Amino acid sequence: MRILVCVKRVPAPGAKINVTDDGQAVDTSNLGFTTSPHEECALEEAVQIAEREAGTVTVLTLGPAEAVEQLRYAASVGAGEIILVPTDGRSWDPQRTAAAITEAIQTSEVENGTYDLILFGNESADSGGFQVGIRVSHALGRPMVNGVKGIDLEGDTVVARREVDGGFEIYRMPRPAALGIKEGINLPRYPTMRGRLASKKVELNQLDVDAETGAQVQVKLHQPTENISETVILGTDETAAAAVVDILEEIGVLS
Amino acid sequence: MSLLVVLEHDRGTWNDANDEALTAGRGLASDMGEALHAVLLGEGAQTLSDQAAQGGAEVVHIVSDPLLVDYGPEAYGQALTDLIEEAEPEAVMAIGTDRGNEVLAQVAARSNLGFVANCLSIDPSGDVWSVTRAQWGGSLLEDATLAGEVKLVTFGHHAVPGEDCDEPGEGSVEVFEPDLDDELGLSIVVDRQVQTSGVTLATAPVVVSGGRGVGSEDGFGILEELAELLGGRVGCSRAVTNNGWRNHSDQVGQTGTRIAPEIYIATGISGAIQHWVGASASKRILAINTDAEANMVVKADYAVIGDLHKVVPAISAEIRRRQA
Repeated sequence: MRILVCVKRVPAPGAKINVTDDGQAVDTSNLGFTTSPHEECALEEAVQIAEREAGTVTVLTLGPAEAVEQLRYAASVGAGEIILVPTDGRSWDPQRTAAAITEAIQTSEVENGTYDLILFGNESADSGGFQVGIRVSHALGRPMVNGVKGIDLEGDTVVARREVDGGFEIYRMPRPAALGIKEGINLPRYPTMRGRLASKKVELNQLDVDAETGAQVQVKLHQPTENISETVILGTDETAAAAVVDILEEIGVLS
Repeated sequence: MSLLVVLEHDRGTWNDANDEALTAGRGLASDMGEALHAVLLGEGAQTLSDQAAQGGAEVVHIVSDPLLVDYGPEAYGQALTDLIEEAEPEAVMAIGTDRGNEVLAQVAARSNLGFVANCLSIDPSGDVWSVTRAQWGGSLLEDATLAGEVKLVTFGHHAVPGEDCDEPGEGSVEVFEPDLDDELGLSIVVDRQVQTSGVTLATAPVVVSGGRGVGSEDGFGILEELAELLGGRVGCSRAVTNNGWRNHSDQVGQTGTRIAPEIYIATGISGAIQHWVGASASKRILAINTDAEANMVVKADYAVIGDLHKVVPAISAEIRRRQA
């Protein structure tokens, strides 16, 4: 069982996201970086499957050279192979990103064999294009379902659960297949000291591929205007309860 | 030429997002100077053509094939791709629900067209469109341009409130039967599991949420109690699910559930942007927090600056007193 997980390095913002002066990127001068949350769960799911099925986990990222940090992190929680597809550091459009990742996967599969499962995040935390995984899967000729919050393997069949309001839809696909994972499918583990040490020995595989730019061009990032009204302070202790319940009555949520 | 709006349903059950789709579609079609067409795929689609016409559709395309009975992203994506070749719309639009974004991404992949997800506004004048779209779940906006023979876009879910249509469309039905390859049947819904019935987090009139400040799994007992008194649901922040105190299905935020209750009671939640974008559609927000400077408190309509462990039980007691 060979599993590939595609992840993205994203900033870890707090209460506000600032933009650089030229409006081209998030100002990350005071921010740390992390793996996009859905993809962190995709990685955990891959590691759990590999543990059960005696499989291997490869993690691929397209991003700046600094994204090696996220690849090493992935290695520290169980990925055995790491692949960097380096960019010029700027944000690539979805079509260019997908074409480059497709070529990188094809190159990797020629050398090492087909991946039985390819896991993506449902969408990236930052640009949120909702399409790269689907474009890659189509180009590779693999069936793909997005929004997956549960995976069971039954022989060569992948059973995927997708959350809808009040329940789940069930999909059954033959392998090889691709899935877009949503946070909540599992609780990702933290790296152990042993894992951290082992991650340093994992060899970095760099694949230099690029592709044509696509039809969507980013012009400028900016903050939404917010209508923040003054907060009415109802009290500073439990005696505020009466004022709270007055409001609940007024808006009609008390039966 | 036309704007083609993709509508969602399950075996004839109308999805509420369709009202947003038709409202946004009427505006965009008018800006484009094109006719509004709608498309419905799968079993039971035909029964909804009148409703689509009521929403302003001049033409309703009904796409039918044995593979389209239930939803499947690839079969739906290919069927729409084939319809685009047949009907030659200038643009295809959906609402950015899980399905809306997934199906248009499938169309984009199959036709090698650009696709812009979760737009908040679109200027379709000119060969290249100018759009503003949501990044970071809406915490940051991106101005972008979109080129291509056929434009593929979704409007963000809840970005355009659904409105009644004053001038219903003709609604003439055109049936389209694509020739779908059986391979496309690999990713189709084969079963459904009902998990909860009744009010869900997404539809609850009241949501009572807890964050790191609740302190433990057991600490949520007082929130459960208040939520029950108010006929609401308990939510939580990502810190809580990461600690294993609550199931992820209770998580409010960018990677959890987006809520829109009459009132959101956020206790012990600092309000990082990823949480805020999931809660910001709430009609009113009451924050209960010891930190008066917390982002959640600053952005709330009402706040109690105090210990949730004392304030929340006091609210429940007060409700019981008044109901007695």
